[in-house]
Amino acid sequence: MSNRNREVYIVDGARTPFLKAKGKPGPYSGADLAVNAGRELLARQPFSPEAIGEVVIGSVMPGPEEANIGRIISLRLGCGKEVPAWTVQRNCAAGLQAIDSALKDIATGRHDLVLAGGTEAMSHAPLLFNQKMVNWLAAWYSAKTFPAKLAMVPKFRPAFLAPVIALLKGLTDPLNGLSMGQTAENLAYRYNITRDEMDEFSVMSHQRLAKAIDEGYLREVTTLYDSRGNFYEHDDGLRRDSSVEKLAKLRPFFDKKFGNVTPGNSSQVTDGAALVLMASADAVKQYDLPVLGKIKDVNWAGVDPAEMGLGPVNAITPMLQRNQLSKNDIDAWEINEAFAAQVIGCLRAWEDKDYCAKNFGMSEAFGSIPLDKLNIDGGAIAIGHPVGASGARIVLRLLHILKRQQAKRGVASLCIGGGQGGAILIENVSEVA
Amino acid sequence: MSEQHYQHWSLAKDNDNILWLTLDRQDASVNTLNRAVIEEFNHCIEHVAQDRECQGLIIRSGKDTGFIAGADVEQFGKIKDINEAVDLVRQGQKVLDRLAALSMPTVAMIEGFCLGGGLELSLACRYRVAENSRKTRLGLPEVLLGIHPGWGGTVRLPQLIGILPAMDLILSGRTVSANAAAKMGVVDAAVPKRQLERAARYYVLNKPPVNKPSKLQRVLNFSLLRPLLAKLLRSKVAKKASPKHYPAPYAVIHNWVRDGAHGEKAMINEANSIGKMLVSDTSRNLVRVFFLQERLKSLGKDSDFAPQHVHVIGAGVMGGDIAAWCALRGMRVTLQDREPQYIAPAIKRAYALFKKKLRKPRDINAAMDRLMPDTQGLGVSQADVIIEAIYENLEAKQALFKELEINAKPTAILASNTSSIPLDEINTVMQNPSRLVGIHFFNPVAMMPLVEIVVGNKSDTETIQSATAFVRKIDRLPIPVKSSPGFLVNRVLMAYLMEAFQLYQEGVPMAAIDKAAKDFGMPMGPIELADTVGLDICLSVAKNLTSHLGGEVPEHLVAMVDKGQLGKKSGSGFYDYKKGKPVKRPLAKNYKMADDITKRMSMRLLNESAAVLREGVVEDADLLDAGMIFGTGFAPFTGGPMSYAKFLGKNRVLSEFARLSTQYGERFLADPYWSHHEDGAGQVQTHPRNEGVATG
Repeated sequence: MSNRNREVYIVDGARTPFLKAKGKPGPYSGADLAVNAGRELLARQPFSPEAIGEVVIGSVMPGPEEANIGRIISLRLGCGKEVPAWTVQRNCAAGLQAIDSALKDIATGRHDLVLAGGTEAMSHAPLLFNQKMVNWLAAWYSAKTFPAKLAMVPKFRPAFLAPVIALLKGLTDPLNGLSMGQTAENLAYRYNITRDEMDEFSVMSHQRLAKAIDEGYLREVTTLYDSRGNFYEHDDGLRRDSSVEKLAKLRPFFDKKFGNVTPGNSSQVTDGAALVLMASADAVKQYDLPVLGKIKDVNWAGVDPAEMGLGPVNAITPMLQRNQLSKNDIDAWEINEAFAAQVIGCLRAWEDKDYCAKNFGMSEAFGSIPLDKLNIDGGAIAIGHPVGASGARIVLRLLHILKRQQAKRGVASLCIGGGQGGAILIENVSEVA
Repeated sequence: MSEQHYQHWSLAKDNDNILWLTLDRQDASVNTLNRAVIEEFNHCIEHVAQDRECQGLIIRSGKDTGFIAGADVEQFGKIKDINEAVDLVRQGQKVLDRLAALSMPTVAMIEGFCLGGGLELSLACRYRVAENSRKTRLGLPEVLLGIHPGWGGTVRLPQLIGILPAMDLILSGRTVSANAAAKMGVVDAAVPKRQLERAARYYVLNKPPVNKPSKLQRVLNFSLLRPLLAKLLRSKVAKKASPKHYPAPYAVIHNWVRDGAHGEKAMINEANSIGKMLVSDTSRNLVRVFFLQERLKSLGKDSDFAPQHVHVIGAGVMGGDIAAWCALRGMRVTLQDREPQYIAPAIKRAYALFKKKLRKPRDINAAMDRLMPDTQGLGVSQADVIIEAIYENLEAKQALFKELEINAKPTAILASNTSSIPLDEINTVMQNPSRLVGIHFFNPVAMMPLVEIVVGNKSDTETIQSATAFVRKIDRLPIPVKSSPGFLVNRVLMAYLMEAFQLYQEGVPMAAIDKAAKDFGMPMGPIELADTVGLDICLSVAKNLTSHLGGEVPEHLVAMVDKGQLGKKSGSGFYDYKKGKPVKRPLAKNYKMADDITKRMSMRLLNESAAVLREGVVEDADLLDAGMIFGTGFAPFTGGPMSYAKFLGKNRVLSEFARLSTQYGERFLADPYWSHHEDGAGQVQTHPRNEGVATG
């Protein structure tokens, strides 16, 4: 069974609307989100959930009650006790990692049908006790006698109660101490990206999402219902009235005072899940499944953590090289919008002859990517970036765009906190070879 | 290990010298206690008492259906007089006294049902351990059968856990889980199955101190305080049951005040008190209702239909609540409507239901996962049961079923929840009309146990069986009815409501009408009931029925609905509502209730019941009684309308109709049914044979 290299298809997919974090935990946990998207996805399949071979879920910060969240989701979806499930973590590209892992298991013949994707309830990220409080509590619990406990009391300081915000820790590079926004400021500095350029890019993201919603393109979005009688049909971070003037009023968030990266030109902190159903040619034939597309290749690359935003450049370029494709062979691009400055930085790096020579041994610059082929239906600045889910979301959107445009090839890619990039090459096919 | 086998019991001794006494009734699937079982138990106890080497005794069940479900209710019907009843009760008491007097430690090891006499037996043990699984339920449900505990339950339970918690269980008849029982002190330990035997052994070998009520509870038992507390208890019971119709709980309180749940005298008084009740009409009727319920429960038993997925179309109040109930009972459910905005309120109500019934967040989540909103109708092709609950429109329903027939699984049940459109009109558009069946729920779905299985002229027998089995799977009581206007419940109920409206129009105060009905034993007066159901619903049922059966739709009902006064849900109907409660103007002190108010309403109801039987809408009078009790709450102590008619007797029924029809008009002309049935009530079986969960 091993060493086989079978073709792998994506046959269907679904995602929740992405819900902006509003300062308190949202109505759904990470597992809730994935289950809501997944049960509708599975309900429209001609096979029962038990027919799935395995479930792979990307998630960066599952809740404390969601250890191996993939398994929880699988069981809650009714895949049955016998179906194995696991969880993968590669920061912002966890969802793409899940697809890559599923790809390998199908390609090697381990499974024929795999449910893959990612989920993140960023609004549920916990507040933690700081180290001083933990030490004090440990001493308190080990003090067995009443006098010993009493002696602990004066050692307590109110400052011990200051929480550690797990979300901020997660969005800070643990080695160089830079926040993700500061790595975007680095790219803006390196390539002279102005505040106006960032804000214009952001307005475009909102406008494109608005158009996609209005045209009814986002058919992969399943409606969410909550226990209070509310329902959510669309990504609620969208600002239809977004404009450069309005965005100009926002203050820089990461480099306070003198920076350019604001919440308005960054991806939004959101809750959401995206899932895809992947299949071998055998499974496609067995169940007569419609095909969304074929995965041609996946590539991962490391870059300087302080410039993690360039990850897509270093992941995509070698992947195209080894497939003997040039940028003109790619009909649609999805580059996850962690920050406007970061996506623009990628475009600049490809136009930078030195960067391309140094990193890829190219004699010329890779060249410009036309904006009308990039993030055609908007990106994370408007939609939001629930870190575990985004990888699966952009792959799924890319597949639908290729179908809509009757185009052939697309690339989806994400930058990854800690200095990596991940990329996937997709081909639009409608049936198995 | 030495073993000794009796007919129902077996006694074994293990290596630790512990005696294990196992009850496995030979002739039944459930352990219940009758004279033979008790007599044999007596032998066992005598035998055990002579064993000087043994460490202790553990009593357990040999059945996987539970420990002991109570006294054998079937023998109640054979009791001829009070003396026989008292004798039977005393016999049991004495055997349990012998058990309680054993000098060795005794333990009841409880799995599954431990009810009535079963719990009383375990209360006579020194210790009790129970498996903390979902199927374990403990309680003293005797009051639900019009009697009270008789084998020392009203004495030993207060001694064990204190008077207030004991009265809570005895007076309400409610059952509790193993964990709740452990918290109250009814059992000494609630443990998972894997620890159950070890726990039972532990109590035998270690003999820890037995459970005692708290100080406060012991103070409350002081003779001076008892009358005060009794007042409080009586007023609490009065909210649920009137002393006139349900004397049992009041007798328990009375006995306690006199005897303080202490000593032989208390036991003898308990026996004398229950002896009277065992032969009372109330108890005999309630026992009959119990067997009627068992009959409904046994319907569809032989079907091997095993539905897992239910698709409900129409997320209104009925559809939404049906979907929620099915999900609560473990079905996978898809709930279809055109837009999310129509489904969202149903999901909210479902969540509230799950929260109330399931409590544990994990279980609530699982139920929510099972209930999937479905705007695209994805569930149609996968469901085992499809229930249509859209608006009452023939063309819309026809179009829907035409499509469902094509897209549903060939084995799927196609059902309509319609209350007014005949199945045989809907199914005319279907390729195979025999597939269509009615599954008619009542509002509010979670409160109303009855579901009418509506049989059209063309409905297929096997489909009916499957639909019945499905209704049992979701723990509702199915009753097969013919597809005729109003089916059973709405039709009979509407006759009664129409008479109430008539009284109202004649100027009788609403409060008087409602009071008359409640005094008769109805759970709610007809005016308040109409408001609760919704006047728009009442009107549409009334219109439907009058169009088929004649009569007139009351004008004021039409007027109120036109004005948007729909009852409780709109804040005003016959009554005005404040915070969901009707504002009732009290009757004047000197108000003299006319005799005929109750008679007019009840005789209309009886007459319509007779018509329904004559037309064969339900199979027999027993089913009619069951339907009216479980579908409307019709005074259970009467045994149902036809049982009540039998109580009145044919002559009295006919003479009442003669008098009422002369005075109030043709609607009171006795239905031909009455003159064709000798005893005035058809085949009402007072004590059908049944072996099932029993209590006592």
